[in-house]
Amino acid sequence: MAETPLPLEVRNLRKRFGDNEVLKGLSLQAHQGDVITLIGASGSGKSTFLRCMNLLEQPNEGELIVHGEPIRFKETRHGREPADWKQVERIRAKLSMVFQGFNLWAHMTLLENVIEAPIHVLKKPRKEAIEQGRALLDRVGLLERADYYPVQMSGGQQQRGAIARALAMDPEVMLFDEPTSALDPELVGDVLKVMRDLAKEGRTMIVVTHEMAFARDVSSQVIYLHQGLVEEAGPPGEVLNNPRSERLRQFLAPKH
Amino acid sequence: MIDLQGYGPRILEGALVTIELAVLSLLLAIVLGLLTASAKMSRNWILHRIGTLYTTVIRGVPDLVLMLLLFFGGQMGINMVTDWLYDQFGIDIFININEFVAGVVTIALIFGAYMGETFRGAFLAVDSGQIEAGRAYGMSEGLMFRRIRFPQMMRHALPGLSNNWMVLLKTTALVSIIGLTDMVRVAAEASKATHEPFTFLIPVALIYLAIASVSEWIFARLQKHYNVGFGEADEWNN
Repeated sequence: MAETPLPLEVRNLRKRFGDNEVLKGLSLQAHQGDVITLIGASGSGKSTFLRCMNLLEQPNEGELIVHGEPIRFKETRHGREPADWKQVERIRAKLSMVFQGFNLWAHMTLLENVIEAPIHVLKKPRKEAIEQGRALLDRVGLLERADYYPVQMSGGQQQRGAIARALAMDPEVMLFDEPTSALDPELVGDVLKVMRDLAKEGRTMIVVTHEMAFARDVSSQVIYLHQGLVEEAGPPGEVLNNPRSERLRQFLAPKH
Repeated sequence: MIDLQGYGPRILEGALVTIELAVLSLLLAIVLGLLTASAKMSRNWILHRIGTLYTTVIRGVPDLVLMLLLFFGGQMGINMVTDWLYDQFGIDIFININEFVAGVVTIALIFGAYMGETFRGAFLAVDSGQIEAGRAYGMSEGLMFRRIRFPQMMRHALPGLSNNWMVLLKTTALVSIIGLTDMVRVAAEASKATHEPFTFLIPVALIYLAIASVSEWIFARLQKHYNVGFGEADEWNN
């Protein structure tokens, strides 16, 4: 029999904004438990690549296969679009995303944020969702903040709350879009600690980040993007400690 | 005390008509306004054009003219259709426009256009990250509307909505000209019969003022409800 399908596979993905091609054929294979970090200068396309994976951006070409299920596309007058938005919604629910700007729903308390999609998208019974939500908040150290609104919490707390919201979906893959870039330096540590724990327990994660220490310690694979292409990829020990590309060497050099 | 010379109960009945008319018109206008806002924000250019045409025409013509046009013109239109049905198929029906329904529909049509503009601005004011988070978690457009867009839009819409409501409430006075017995009409009749206009107009003015005051209180409560989660952090931390 066939082996279990990969949680996420991307083949030859291309994305244009107008005439500007920002992703020029990117591929990626995430195996169960992989932590893949995407690094690169701003404008390299790493966030766009991540946002194409859950179709917040529509790729112009390429294939996306989530747990063995390819996303179907069709050609329209406006370009290529998903053929079946219901399929996209179902697949998005399996790939929960953590945003740079947290994006917790402002009109809901932290606990309401965590149980929202499980109840309304996954159709979980409310009681079960609340139980699970409280356990997850406890896990990220925010149980006593359950009834707070996002505006009442620090950025670090909001981001840990957003990670709890992502975990509540019991996702196939977690997508992190620069999760610590909007945080004050002293708050970064707590968020990274939660992410390290997730990696340790075998979560499949794809992380766009500037945190090189995190990339080095936690990733199974590092992909360095430059102008929409993979410049270098491999295990962090090779890519980060022994870069072959001159550009990557410069990128990694301490900045003064 | 003012002697209402036996017109008291009729004025109260008229006040009830005013309130029913205003509330029903408001509800219909809100629905029309949401549809108009969606049409104007739609990528579909036909919907966009229809929405724009509607708000342009309605906002550019006086309310009184619109009401007369819709009431008499509407009746003529319906008569033409029923005549045609009789000529062609021998179907004999007669539809008389009910003044109350005509009043509700006209007022709702007028204020739907204003609500449309209010809602459109309010929807555009919702932070796109909030919507994106909904998308990323597998929400359908309908679910996002119900759970995120609408509740977050309302705090931006309420000031305009409350303003529209106050104007709408007073616009209901126009329905007396199409023959609906609201409190203004009762007061006008009573004034004519007794030659004491102030005896009746002052109570009517006070009733409008009372309705307006209660509405302001309700809108303040709603504003507070929809502002939860958006205020200054200190408000809760103290």
